[in-house]
Amino acid sequence: MSAQTKTIPSGPAAAAMISAGIGGLTIGILTTGAVLSEALKNALVLYVPAGPLSGKTTFGIAVWLLSWLILNALWKNKELNLRSVFTWTLVLLALGLLLTFPPVFEAFEA
Amino acid sequence: MVLTAREIWTALHGMVFGAAYLLAFTAGLVGLYSLRESWVTGKGIIERITRLKWETGIMALLSFLTVISGTYIVYPWYRAAPPEGANLLEYPRSFLLADPNLSAWHTFAMEWKEHIAWFSPILTVAVLYLIFRYGPALAQDKYKNLRWMIVILFILSFAAAGVAGLFGALITKAAPIL
Repeated sequence: MSAQTKTIPSGPAAAAMISAGIGGLTIGILTTGAVLSEALKNALVLYVPAGPLSGKTTFGIAVWLLSWLILNALWKNKELNLRSVFTWTLVLLALGLLLTFPPVFEAFEA
Repeated sequence: MVLTAREIWTALHGMVFGAAYLLAFTAGLVGLYSLRESWVTGKGIIERITRLKWETGIMALLSFLTVISGTYIVYPWYRAAPPEGANLLEYPRSFLLADPNLSAWHTFAMEWKEHIAWFSPILTVAVLYLIFRYGPALAQDKYKNLRWMIVILFILSFAAAGVAGLFGALITKAAPIL
């Protein structure tokens, strides 16, 4: 089987993983940010019936895809330490999840 | 027996798109876990990768359908502000907040569900891409670590969808969208 001899660089995997973490963190930052700033909360209302959730998720998805595009272009032929990249991905996802956890973002409420 | 348009959309969101995603997870996990050159023949690896591409592709589509229908169709009905003197049973968010015994279903459950759900399509698409990009090579020992990383991302995507789905079902029980 030809696939058994072909080596695929780890860069594309690293870009896919880290960008997923960046997307998750963005949703988290915007969720807590909307609690801290009334102006940000209002700016995130892209679709009035859904409120700021529409902006948090739209910008989260946009940042995820944009960061993926950029990182993939930078790393597509590179060999990176995937273990380290994966650890960072988990850290970013954990931070994102923490910032979307109600007891955490409610702690910032005035 | 008649379902309103709102009940149909709520059922599509949670019981069709969301539940199908959660059910498909096990098949994907088994496929990923057993993707090893020492366990499967060359032809078997090709068949398994093809199946994984279809499974995770359909799951990615289902996860996006779930969060988009939830955020832009069902959630606006949930959070709509009631006019003066309205029956709060028709306004789930206000109904829950009006009762101190039920308010945590909004302040904790819904507030977490609406955000954590969006982690699922992001992670599922990352898993889908990695399966497409690395394909049959993932079965090789030298990609063992990457295979395990994909499995963990896949489990995290399921966990995010699971939290959202569980809270969604419980919130609907406490305050259904009528």
